[in-house]
Amino acid sequence: MLKTEELQINIGPQHPSTHGVFRMIVTVDGETITDLKPVFGYLHRNHEQIAEQNTYLQNMPYTDRLDYFNSMANNQAYAMAVEQLVGIEVPERAEYLRVMMVELTRILNHAGALGFLINDMGMWQTQLAFGMREREKILDLFESASGARLMCNYFRFGGVVRDLPPDFIPRLKELLQAMPAFVDELERLLRENEILMQRAEGIGILPRDLALAYSVSGPVLRGSGIPYDVRKAEPYSVYDRFDFDVPVGTVGDVYDRFLVRIEEMRQSRRILQQVIEQLPDAQGGHINPKARQNVRPPVGDVYARIESPKGELGFYLVSDGSGKPYRYKVRAPSFINLTPLGDMCRGYKVADVVVILGSIDIVMGEVDR
Amino acid sequence: MPLEIVFPMTNEHELQLDLERQGIFLSTVNRFYNWGRRSSIWPMAFGLACCAIEMMAFGLSRYDVARFGAELFRASPRQADLMIVAGTVTKKMAPQVVRLYNQMAEPRYVISMGACATSGGPFRDGYNVLRGIDLLVPVDVYVPGCPPRPEALLHALITLQDQIDRQKLGRVRWYGEGVKPQTTDFPVPTFGAQGLEIDGRLVDPVGGLPLVSAYTSPEFGEMKSGRLEHPEIVRHFPIMDPTVELEHPLKARGVAPEIAADDLKRGEVGNAEA
Repeated sequence: MLKTEELQINIGPQHPSTHGVFRMIVTVDGETITDLKPVFGYLHRNHEQIAEQNTYLQNMPYTDRLDYFNSMANNQAYAMAVEQLVGIEVPERAEYLRVMMVELTRILNHAGALGFLINDMGMWQTQLAFGMREREKILDLFESASGARLMCNYFRFGGVVRDLPPDFIPRLKELLQAMPAFVDELERLLRENEILMQRAEGIGILPRDLALAYSVSGPVLRGSGIPYDVRKAEPYSVYDRFDFDVPVGTVGDVYDRFLVRIEEMRQSRRILQQVIEQLPDAQGGHINPKARQNVRPPVGDVYARIESPKGELGFYLVSDGSGKPYRYKVRAPSFINLTPLGDMCRGYKVADVVVILGSIDIVMGEVDR
Repeated sequence: MPLEIVFPMTNEHELQLDLERQGIFLSTVNRFYNWGRRSSIWPMAFGLACCAIEMMAFGLSRYDVARFGAELFRASPRQADLMIVAGTVTKKMAPQVVRLYNQMAEPRYVISMGACATSGGPFRDGYNVLRGIDLLVPVDVYVPGCPPRPEALLHALITLQDQIDRQKLGRVRWYGEGVKPQTTDFPVPTFGAQGLEIDGRLVDPVGGLPLVSAYTSPEFGEMKSGRLEHPEIVRHFPIMDPTVELEHPLKARGVAPEIAADDLKRGEVGNAEA
């Protein structure tokens, strides 16, 4: 290959497709990327430091703002961590409500993420409008249950803050009925478009061994062909009662990650249908009436993890016996999935950077915290 | 029917309405110019944090800001009229925000969307969070909420359109007399020992955690910090000039002294017929 002089290009922090304030220093040789250095910290808003000054309950709304695309999943991971630390039982019905909300979040997140991915390939806002259309329907459900669209703050220690409104389940059924058509439409937008296929197939390959070495998780890991899902590997909540599959890719390119997300939306729909079936028989109320919200956990530490739509989301809490966490650490899937970006981009063209970044599906609120 | 025009023309606007009823449409240059600008406010595609998601919802299918002529999110600040500061401005990002604002061509407007951009919001106590973007650039409309609903942002846009309607062509700062080149450039903050600095003066003093800032420390109480938040009360931050008058009751009062002299003209813009 012809060797020419290398050039450094700065992408970000303000760039229409960097998914937030993220900066990359790209070294290119002609059009080919030889090196990529990510620069973080433009949205470092001191989550962990502020959380150590708050009481345990006060941190619940802050977890909403970690990964602001799917607040419910963050709530669940944090609530699980505190419940394990204090030893709070969660009623069966509350667990079902939690699973329902988190699976809805997964659909919402993937609809948005795939919209952004195709947006990054050059279909400016067209695809995003499709994703957002469906997203609004789910946000309506969230609003009716929790009172807020985006920052739901719905979970409490020992359950959820209030039970579902009476029309929630009929509306959810309606949504699930209309969903396959939307998912197929979303899939066709990429699969039947030759130009977009060329920009996705064989681009940004993350091999199996590299994916394991970087400890990535979520759809990025499964796209590389490793069937690892915390919901299956270490079933939490009531996930052991549901029948669902873990989709995996074969090559680990952008296209595989797209397909994994599409299939995960279908699997989430399967789980939601089972939740609707099993919910009337679930014991208990929406919250454990004995659970105190003003918790003072005993001295100790805990790590609780869930399969958030972006990957393994974990909260590590250390308690010194007071009402505030001594240490509050977030294992953010976006941050860890972003680390192999340099290896994924090396050797591809500079126009692929944005597509590869879009296929990882990051949220800067979680990366920088 | 013959046209009846009442002399003397005491009220330009009433005359105009009177003529419109009779099928004759007249316009003043001001009205036409403002109509053109208010109906095509192009925002910059510039998201910082959570609020950016709601900003996208505001631009897309359901809320459809195209109804107000502001759907063209421009990727370049050179082509944008409106900067929606959507999300938490950290101290690392603040210089870039000011640079982006400087790169925008006049007339330019700023909407401070959400609690974080307005005052630091829930992250106000963080050592790396700027307590309000109006410390660095003038803000036209503040939107409360964390995050504000897209409807709230639509309302902010309508409020901005109202403000544009009140402007007078002869007195706006980008056409008026004595336009100075430096008025278009706001000072970009730099990192000092204690936080962001402009020419050696601290903009947002923070002593790390726990906070020792005069504005938020527990000794001085949350009450004071709450008062400072209030848009009606002048902020006494170091770079602020409290004597600056308002263009509109909703307009921010504080501006950097570098533009304060020129900004006094802004006070006349919103006034009634002179």
